[in-house]
Amino acid sequence: MRAWRYGDDVNTDMLFPGKYTYTCAKPDEIRPHLLEDLDPTFAANVRPGDIILAGRNFGCGSSREQPVVGLKAAGIEAVIAHSFARIFYRAAINQGLLLIECPQAVDAWHEDDEVKLDAALGTVAVGGQTFSFPTLPPEILAIREAGGLLPYTRAKLRSRKK
Amino acid sequence: MPGSTFAEKILARKGGKDRVQPGQIVTVRPDHLLSHDNTSAIVEKIAKDLAEFGVADPDLHVIVLDHVIPAASDKIAAGHKAVREYVRRYGVRHFYDIGEGICHQIMIEKGLALPGMLVVGSDSHTCMYGAVGCFATGIDRTEAAALLLTGETWLKVPTSIRVGLRGRLHPAVTAKDLVLTVIRGIGADGASYQSVEFHGALGRLTVDDRLTVANMGVEMGAKAATFEPDADVLAYLDSIGASRESYQPVWADADAAYERRLDYDLSALGPVVARPHTVDNVAPIEDVAGTAIDQFFLGTCTNGRISDFELAAKILKGRKVAAGSRLLILPASRDILQRGIASGAISALIEAGGVLLPPGCGPCLGAHLGVLAPGERCLSTANRNFKGRMGCPDSEVFLASPATVAASAIHGKITDPRKELTR
Repeated sequence: MRAWRYGDDVNTDMLFPGKYTYTCAKPDEIRPHLLEDLDPTFAANVRPGDIILAGRNFGCGSSREQPVVGLKAAGIEAVIAHSFARIFYRAAINQGLLLIECPQAVDAWHEDDEVKLDAALGTVAVGGQTFSFPTLPPEILAIREAGGLLPYTRAKLRSRKK
Repeated sequence: MPGSTFAEKILARKGGKDRVQPGQIVTVRPDHLLSHDNTSAIVEKIAKDLAEFGVADPDLHVIVLDHVIPAASDKIAAGHKAVREYVRRYGVRHFYDIGEGICHQIMIEKGLALPGMLVVGSDSHTCMYGAVGCFATGIDRTEAAALLLTGETWLKVPTSIRVGLRGRLHPAVTAKDLVLTVIRGIGADGASYQSVEFHGALGRLTVDDRLTVANMGVEMGAKAATFEPDADVLAYLDSIGASRESYQPVWADADAAYERRLDYDLSALGPVVARPHTVDNVAPIEDVAGTAIDQFFLGTCTNGRISDFELAAKILKGRKVAAGSRLLILPASRDILQRGIASGAISALIEAGGVLLPPGCGPCLGAHLGVLAPGERCLSTANRNFKGRMGCPDSEVFLASPATVAASAIHGKITDPRKELTR
């Protein structure tokens, strides 16, 4: 997997500028503006299966969900960071985007290193080293496995109706 | 066994448990769900589901149109129109159209966030209602959509930080300086996933002060930032007509277990400024004094209350905004605007050269009004200074108190408010 490496405190304005928040909600409208003010090369060059590596507090700031929806639509396999801001973390669960807290894996990475991820096993391999990360509690995993919160909610409502 | 924190007590109550522990996941039914202009995007996600299942509870949802008001484009106008149609179709009782105010101030003023309540909102600054002893936290649009259908969600019980306050603030030093100082100390992620409780010296922080502090809880990563609902809060709630039977206050036990304890002596605090482009990049005013500023921004949900305008007017009355710079005034609600007109504070600020904006969020996120040009600097009383936050990635935003913004506006550069307000 190809990796994009960013630093600490990558906020939601960097991931998707606030000025577009009330005019772009659909994945196709969001994608061209992804990371616009942080890395203008990202939107044109990101490929399905890429991953993002970052420092502390990734996704801090606004509750806007366009960053998560956009990264998912761009095919980002996972974001691996030292830590995540909580609203962003919830939004990722709700959209089925994989977030991994694993500072060692981020720090082990060097330019052009391959990253191999096994989400089921909870391991990530970087530059010859393998790191494990904790998997989600079952209640939360169920949401991601259903494909996100809305499919999960629909299934729950239908089963209640029966 | 030690006692329980505020977060543990309220999540136990709302989760139907006797007692909960940090890390435990509880299913809760929030008292209210807030959304704003983003309501159109939220309900569009579940248009078919709403037709099939209906809304779980028409009184759960509070909608305030505030983010891009009045509409800045046909696309925004169409979004507002879709929200009004949804309100009519589903009988949403708690709807506030443009001009009523910023959603967070409306939640407080209309008594929709009360002590002992659990409120979630599709906006990160939902944490502001902690000022009145409400557990309030931000969520994303998709979770808001699911909540409309089911009325329930999950929350993980957080660990807590106890912040002890003592002493009294200097008249030109405000709650904004306090919260920026706390963020400077613990960092922009210093309270990640945690509940922050403020204890002590409460009689010396007004309800307005506490709203400013709680508003910025998310800027230290907190899930919630809460004050004890003391006599001042109850008196405020009486004044807005919220009956004491309509809420049941909850507070932490004296022997609750905290992950971290911090203490601040208010009398030792001085004015501070958060420099671009992170909220924890905070410096004492002495380090940034003299920095030239193009735009001054006074107001917002963080510092747009009557006491903020009265403090600023005390400094700016009879003075003028420096030539070559501009001052924007943005009250947090219609009620505050009317009070500011009645008290003369708003007129004093307009006479000094201020430009009055409608109560809304547009300038704060660069979505509408007050956008900066490349190379410009803004000194703002808002809550974020991220790169590009006010619409232009090549501009800079500095955050400060209303006193600092008012004093600085006179000189066109960052100025210590203690020089302009000595008593």
